[in-house]
Amino acid sequence: MIAFYALAAIAVVSSLLVIAQRNPIYSVLLLIASFGALSGLYVMLDAPFAAVIQIIVYAGAIMVLFLFVVMLLNAPHEETEHDLRLHPLMRAGPMGFGVVLAVVLVVELGLALGAGRASAFSAASTSSVRDIGRTLFTDYAFAFEVTSVLILVAMVGAVVLARRGSR
Amino acid sequence: MPSLNHYLVLSAILFSIGTAGVFIRRNLITILLSIEIMLNAVNLTFVAFGRALGSADGQIIVFFVMTVAAAEAAVGLAIVIGLFRHRESLNPDMFTSLKW
Amino acid sequence: MTALLIGQIVLTLFVFVMLLSSAAGMVYVERKVAALLQQRLGPYRVGPIGLLQPLADIIKLMFKEELRPRAADAWLFALAPIIAGTCAFAAFAVVPFGADITVFGLIPDGLRLQVADVNVAILVVFAIGSMSVYGIVLAGWSSNSKYSLLGGLRSSAQMISYELSYGLALAGVLLIGNSLSLTDLVNAQHGAWLGFIPRWFIFLQPVGFLVYLTAGIAETNRAPFDFPEAEQELVAGYHTEYSSMSFAMFFMAEYINMVTVSAVATDLFLGGWHGPFLPESLGWIWFLLKVSAILFFYVWMRWTLPRYRYDQLMASGWKVLLPIAVINLLVTAAGVLYFGL
Repeated sequence: MIAFYALAAIAVVSSLLVIAQRNPIYSVLLLIASFGALSGLYVMLDAPFAAVIQIIVYAGAIMVLFLFVVMLLNAPHEETEHDLRLHPLMRAGPMGFGVVLAVVLVVELGLALGAGRASAFSAASTSSVRDIGRTLFTDYAFAFEVTSVLILVAMVGAVVLARRGSR
Repeated sequence: MPSLNHYLVLSAILFSIGTAGVFIRRNLITILLSIEIMLNAVNLTFVAFGRALGSADGQIIVFFVMTVAAAEAAVGLAIVIGLFRHRESLNPDMFTSLKW
Repeated sequence: MTALLIGQIVLTLFVFVMLLSSAAGMVYVERKVAALLQQRLGPYRVGPIGLLQPLADIIKLMFKEELRPRAADAWLFALAPIIAGTCAFAAFAVVPFGADITVFGLIPDGLRLQVADVNVAILVVFAIGSMSVYGIVLAGWSSNSKYSLLGGLRSSAQMISYELSYGLALAGVLLIGNSLSLTDLVNAQHGAWLGFIPRWFIFLQPVGFLVYLTAGIAETNRAPFDFPEAEQELVAGYHTEYSSMSFAMFFMAEYINMVTVSAVATDLFLGGWHGPFLPESLGWIWFLLKVSAILFFYVWMRWTLPRYRYDQLMASGWKVLLPIAVINLLVTAAGVLYFGL
């Protein structure tokens, strides 16, 4: 239980800091910390495969890509006072609506928590990687193949889009 | 022992943080990062429900979500690079030429 | 029960100290073997045949001044060597290096010589290895100097490119060994064919072994793939601006990564701790010998082969090594299916 609260606190605090930080590199690194905490939560949910591929794919590959782009663009620190004044959502109407939405969300969460049916987990059934692989290649075989085509399309698209000018 | 509710509440909190990031931030890359936060919150929900229902489907869907997120991040960042080369700015308010 | 717990704590400390000593030992081995390959003497003054040279190096590094460029990002500058060092140590935590031992009968159940017995051990090694990219790229960026930035970006691009072939070479072994746990894979190499050819996976996966070793050399940024930290081209690459203990941390992380790659290669391809003439509980001696052989091969490669140019390096990673790894995987899969290996 302590482990859950610790990991959840790390995940929430890191995510809050991601959207509160000015420096985009710090945002990327804090998001990696959040992913690490989520990976720990997956381990607690008896999903070691999801935990490991979260680190390998998300924290180890996608975030490196983000970091490269931030370094390549030398992304400047954002937001001067001028930009904040021009922000389309920082006005009375949208702000009020946002507050109402937040209140509604908190009330609903409270109702959901207080409704009583705290469904605890059933007995530990660690689906092994073998079972995951078997299901992946039989029931989800079509989705798997389509995903590989998707990645190929994304790869070609990214290379073409990021190419410099006329070649 | 944390019950399913704990994980769902945590996922809701993370999802709303991500959504708030998409609306509040004025930096294209941070917006993409907030989208990743949202996708991770959804992954957590899937794994929690997969564990609660005792099937491996949760982790398999997570696998697919991660793959799609990787593809989307790659293409999104390529677009961001193209936009930056055009306008030298990462502020989405600078790219409003299609507005009426 | 408590004897096992104490044994595990002692084992963790022991592995930590051993890794530190192996980094120090590798410093000496590298210089001595380099010298002998170049027909000179190498370190011979400090201690008998220069054996205390690493100690002298460490003391020197400890007393140096810890510098930080004024324009460097303080947090990231301090964080980068920490990430590099932590990932290097953590990757070895799931590598088994011996069979279960009972310390002279004190631990009746047998203490597995592995800090953490995880049943997805190979993926964990791979995951932590892919996190060590951050140490390098952050070091390059936070130093705010052009040599560091170029070195850091090149190095991390190289590491990511060779991770693919690394993983595919591992996948070939997984097909044959039928498990993700390193202990199970080592135990699948028990015994011998015809009585004298050991049942090592290197005989079933020779191409896989070569791909794995090449990708491992590229992952740890060692020659001939060490362009990003080449002295002649980039001053010192991503660790140009570091001094004293931070530099020592990067150095140590590189050597420990080498040890981890060699240890995983031994476990996967060379039969781990199985060997003739010794009982199972002394298998760690064989493990040490095999890892030492691969480490010697590493040092030998560095001082024999010329360095790859960066575009040749990336081209060979994507256009040569990756297709070879994929074809190896396909052939292995066909072999497992038709010959029931």
